[in-house]
Order: sequence, then C-alpha cells, then structure tokens
Amino acid sequence: MTTPQAQDITSAAAERGPLAMQARSISKDFRIGRREMLHAVRDVSFSLYRGAVVALVGESGSGKSTAARLLAGQERLTSGEIQLDGKDIRVASRGDFRHYKSQVQYVFQDPFASLNPVHTVRYHLERPVKLHQGGDVDVDAEVAALMEQVRLTPAKQFLVKYPHELSGGQRQRVSFARALAAKPSVLLADEPVSMLDVSIRLEMLALLNDLRNRFKLAMLYITHDIASARYFADEVLVMYAGEIVERGPAEEVTQQPAHPYTQLLVASAPDPDNLGSTLRRSSARSGAGAGAGQDAKVSQNHGKVSATGCPFSPRCPFAEDRCRREDPALLRISATRAAACWRLDVAAPELVSGSSGGGRTTSTSTP
Amino acid sequence: MNANPRQVPASPAPAMAGSGSVLEIRDLSVVYRTPGGDVRAVDQVNLDLAAGEVVGLAGESGSGKSTLVYGASRLLRAPALITSGSVRYAGRRVTEPVDLLRLGPDDLRKLRWREIAIVFQSAMNALNPVLSVRDQLLDVIRAHLRMPRDEARDRTAHLLDLVGIPRSRLRSYPHELSGGMRQRVMIAMALATDPEVVIMDEPTTALDVVVQRDILAQIVELKEELNFSILFITHDLSLLLELADRIAVMYAGQLLEVATSGEIRHEAAHPYTRGLLNSFPSLRGPRRELAGIPGSPPDLRNPPPGCPFLPRCAYGTDACHDVDMQLLQVSTSADPGHVTACPFVLPGTPPPSQDGGRPAGAGAPQADVGEPQAETAGELGS
Repeated sequence: MTTPQAQDITSAAAERGPLAMQARSISKDFRIGRREMLHAVRDVSFSLYRGAVVALVGESGSGKSTAARLLAGQERLTSGEIQLDGKDIRVASRGDFRHYKSQVQYVFQDPFASLNPVHTVRYHLERPVKLHQGGDVDVDAEVAALMEQVRLTPAKQFLVKYPHELSGGQRQRVSFARALAAKPSVLLADEPVSMLDVSIRLEMLALLNDLRNRFKLAMLYITHDIASARYFADEVLVMYAGEIVERGPAEEVTQQPAHPYTQLLVASAPDPDNLGSTLRRSSARSGAGAGAGQDAKVSQNHGKVSATGCPFSPRCPFAEDRCRREDPALLRISATRAAACWRLDVAAPELVSGSSGGGRTTSTSTP
Repeated sequence: MNANPRQVPASPAPAMAGSGSVLEIRDLSVVYRTPGGDVRAVDQVNLDLAAGEVVGLAGESGSGKSTLVYGASRLLRAPALITSGSVRYAGRRVTEPVDLLRLGPDDLRKLRWREIAIVFQSAMNALNPVLSVRDQLLDVIRAHLRMPRDEARDRTAHLLDLVGIPRSRLRSYPHELSGGMRQRVMIAMALATDPEVVIMDEPTTALDVVVQRDILAQIVELKEELNFSILFITHDLSLLLELADRIAVMYAGQLLEVATSGEIRHEAAHPYTRGLLNSFPSLRGPRRELAGIPGSPPDLRNPPPGCPFLPRCAYGTDACHDVDMQLLQVSTSADPGHVTACPFVLPGTPPPSQDGGRPAGAGAPQADVGEPQAETAGELGS
C-alpha cells in the first residue's frame, strides 16, 4: 500500500527533533447510505517530529479533521498503520488506551463547546492530572503550574471560574492547559484559533509556539488559513478530498505553490496589499469575462470530486485526459517537496524545469 | 508629536456615484439594559454611507459593530435601547429623507427589505429549513413587491442567475446546498427587491477562502451592476482592505478611525488600527514580525474614562484618560475624510521604546485593568 515516491521525501520538520509519530498510508471510509462509501482519508502518510509543527491545510470536508481523529484514536482506521515512538499502536486494553491518550492530546476548535459548562476551570484541569499522572502527584501544584504555562494568571482567580465567565481566548487557554495536563509528546490542534478574534489569534499561536518549544511537542496544526501555516509551521501538507496533494517546507509551499489546488488556495487568501484590485478586476469584466466564467466553473464544480483520476480535475484549469483517468501519487519535486499532479510541468514549470521528464521517479500510480 | 513627513499617496476617491449619502448615522447610542447596569454597546457614533459605496465596519466581537448596524436599521429589541441619535435615509425611491429612528411601524415596514436589506452571517440559521429556495424567494417578493405570480416566479429564476446558482436549484431545500450556495441564496434574497442599501453581517466568515473569494467577487460585481451601497461588517480587516472603499474601525462601542482603504493600509493613524494591521500573518511578501494586540477589550458596563483602548495601547500616556473621543482630521493626511479618535498619534509615529521610552506616567494605565494581561509570548515562527 505504501507509495514509494512519498517515502523519498524528507519532512521539512525532521530537523527539529526525533520522530514522534508516523501515519503510514492511513485511510478512512465512511459508509453513507446503503451502497455509497465516502473516502474521507485516502492513503495519507506523514510524520510528526518532537518540537516541530506540521500544518494540515485544506477546506472544510477535505478530511483534515478526520485524519487528526484517526491519529487521536477517536476513529478506527480502515487501512494503514499509525506508529507512536516507532511502535505500532495496538489499543488492546484500557491501560494501553490510556497510555496512548496521555501521549497524544487533542485541542478542539470550539472553546465554547469543548469545555463543560457546569464545571470550573479547576475541575477541567484536575481530572486529567489525576487520570494521567497517577496518585502520588501534588495535584494543586501541578494545576497551578499548568495555569502558569498557558498564562492564565493569577491562577487562583481563574480556577474558580466557569467557562461562561471566560473570554474565548481564555477558554482556549484552558483547553491548552487541559491537553498539557497529560504531559503529552504529541499535540493535535484542530483549528485552535479560527473561532477567536483576529487580534487574539496571534497571541494564541505565539503561546502554542512557546509551548511546543518548551515541551518539545510534536504538533499537528490543522487550519484552513494557509497564511498562518506559513508563519507557524515547519512543514505544510495540503489536503484535498482526503488526499495529500502537496507537501513541503512552509515557506516554499506558500511562496511557490506547485499543485494547482495549492495555487488556488494561495490566490484566494485575502491580500491586504492588493487593495481591491483582484476583486475589482473580475468585476470590471462584468459577467461575460474569463474571470467570471472561471468563478462560475469553480463554484459550480465546488465539492464535485472526480471518482476516478485526480480528485481536483473537475476544478483544475490544467486538467487533461490523463488527469481524469489516473490519480497521481505524490511526485518528488525536491528532497523535501512533493506534489500529486500529472501536469506540474505546466502548472509550476519553474519548479520542475531542471528535471522535466526524468525527474519523475515513476509515471504510474500503482499502489 | 512629530508630524509625519511621508507624503500621502493619492488615494482612490470613494465611489460617490449618486447624490451624496444614502445613510447618515448621527450620534447613535445604544445601551443594553442589564440588572448589572447599562452596557454602553454603541456610544455616539457618526457614520455615512454614500450611494454606490462599500463601507467596511471592522471590529472584534463585542465591539458593537453589529449593534450599531442593527440599531440603525431598527432591528434590535429589548433589552437593547437606542438612547440617542438619528439615522437619515435618502434613497432613490423615497421623495424626501426620513429618520429611521422616528418612523412608525407601517412606514418602517415599507422601508425594510425594499430599501435596506440584510445578508445575515449564518445562512443555515437564516434560511427556513422547510421551504424550498423558490418559496423563500417568492416569500420575500410577495411581502415587499406587488407583482403578478408569473412575474414573481420569473424573478426567482433571474435572481438565482444573478448569484450564479443553476436554476435547477430552485427546488432545493437549504440542507441540500453547500455553505457557499446557501450564502448565495441569502444574497439573492437580499437583492430580490432591488434595495438601495445592503447590510452584510460577516457573510463569508463561515466559508472557506476559495468560496469566500468567489462570493466577494460576485458581491462587487453585483454592486457595480445594480448600483446599491454596502455596509459590510467583519472582524477581518484584511478582507476589508481589498473590498471596501472606506473603512470604519470600531472598538468598545466607538469609532476609532475612519478612512479610505488605501489610507488605512498605508497611513493608519490610530494605534488600534495599526495593531490590527499587524495582527494577521501575510501570505505574500517577506515575513514580517507580527505583534498582535495583547490584552482584551474593556468591560462596557464600567467603561474607563478617556480612551477605551488605553490599557492595551503602546503609546498611552496620562493625558489619554482625559481624551474626549471626538474624531479629528488627520493633519498629515491629504484625505480630509481621514479621521482618528487619537489626538496624539500620527501615521508613522514609532511606538515608544520598551525601556523608559514611554512618555511620562505611562506606567499607570496598566494598573487599572481588572483582567490579568497576557504578555505577548515572543514572536512567531522563530
């Protein structure tokens, strides 16, 4: 099941620290209706390293949250395997499961829904400390330390509060503290800042950054905001329709996107330096223009995924027959970069010019 | 304060297509009556919307931006209370300007949706789950326009064409549509009566960037075609910089700065605006050092005297406690419409250096923050 091409690629996150967690060709199917299967995650492989941030970027429904839930052990794998510290995960007993959970913690998107409204902050933190750190630990001191780590100080004042008495940012700090209470090595952060105000987001990302450095956390940062991935992550994985379509160092992927879908994502992000020009330009063509036509194509085909071939082909401006027939595997661009696209020579000529033709390790997507 | 020597680039003039302002909000104040005292959600705000113009209203949650707009369009109910002000509306179809705040229920009903329509944030909640798209559109048309049935049906199809949804979707129910399509239906509903002013309350916040861009481009296109004005509410300043002609920055119930998008981008005067501009990571260009804005907004039940931004402001001095929050023209700006509530800081003024560079007595402001402040935790992506 493993794709040979994908294994040639060194993760840009690898230099930060030792390997913590590895997903190998993981897939997840959901049964919808009687006959239909939804392939939420398809043959996805990546690695998390201590002290490094890997960003999983994609639109809603691309399978990025499902991938994280598989890593967290909240969903069963349809196929593939997940390794923690080089060992296969086998959740045979409750003890195993608990150990696994203490190593791999999850931060949810919505700090309003993920905290229990009838319990105080203290309760939210005491429970994981007692559960994961055993009986002989000084719970009060541990909780105070956690509050200090996420900068909810003075701790005394906050510990007695209920979630509704806290601001969104403060609630998310409690979520972070709760995740840290288990002393994890891996933190899966599912859109941790997207529910927060713009002015607070940066502070929270800076806090996460600080925590991963301090505790050498291996972090998976799930987001639809590719700009924040540029600043925060070491490696970026771009997901589309359950597949990773591009991966590479954050700066390279955002500045020189190779895959047509990544290019679309980057072009769609608000550009404050543009001052209306792109929006205006497309409006100037008013209706019949190419821009409007393409808009219509993209929006009408939005969510349409090709059953065979490249999933992005219905929306792709470069798609040709082959793209509709065969699904490309990740093809190596450089030591740290890869993209799953048959038409890289057209989509990103400057990236493959040196190795056009011969650069591709394989030309068929035999699994 | 040292004047800024930089020349202001000629900013694109706001689209003053029609005959001046369609909406003039003057001295509008709204409070929420609570057992714990009045919350001053909107405090003496002035804002104009010219015909054909896109005005962006930017602010964090709780800054009062929605309350301001819903107050001005008389959509608030108790415990919200409008305590002062006027909202003058002058559209093409009304013979003489009216004050929305003094209209009786019948006159108000005639104006609503016909003249001022709204696109709500959450399309899933704003659409009726048991009515098809066609029925919802027909509902709007029947309620506000006198029109034969056939013509009304034609209009529903035409409206879907406008927003780029295939006509076959007329028979769909909201749950059968994607998030982007639902939002397009909301826009179609708002445009059903050919309104003069369209209020958009975070219409794209719940959507993916690709869909968001499509919809924004569509909004701009429709605006050019149908010539309505837009009041666009969002917390995302980066989006407004691309979309809006003018931007009003709101904080703690007050406007802190109003200027064209170009002025806000390059010559922002108010420290809060500058903080916002420094808060979002940019995708293009060199990596900048991002600062963010530490701290959180004040409690509006007991607003601090003077400038509400003072506890979080890097430029704060003792004098800021006595500032009356009048919008003053930015003296260095070529644009007479560029106003700021900060009388001390001009565009380009560097923040005082960390050690002792703070103006005299500046240590004080931080003491009266009830809430513990989070320190900025280093810069990102080191």
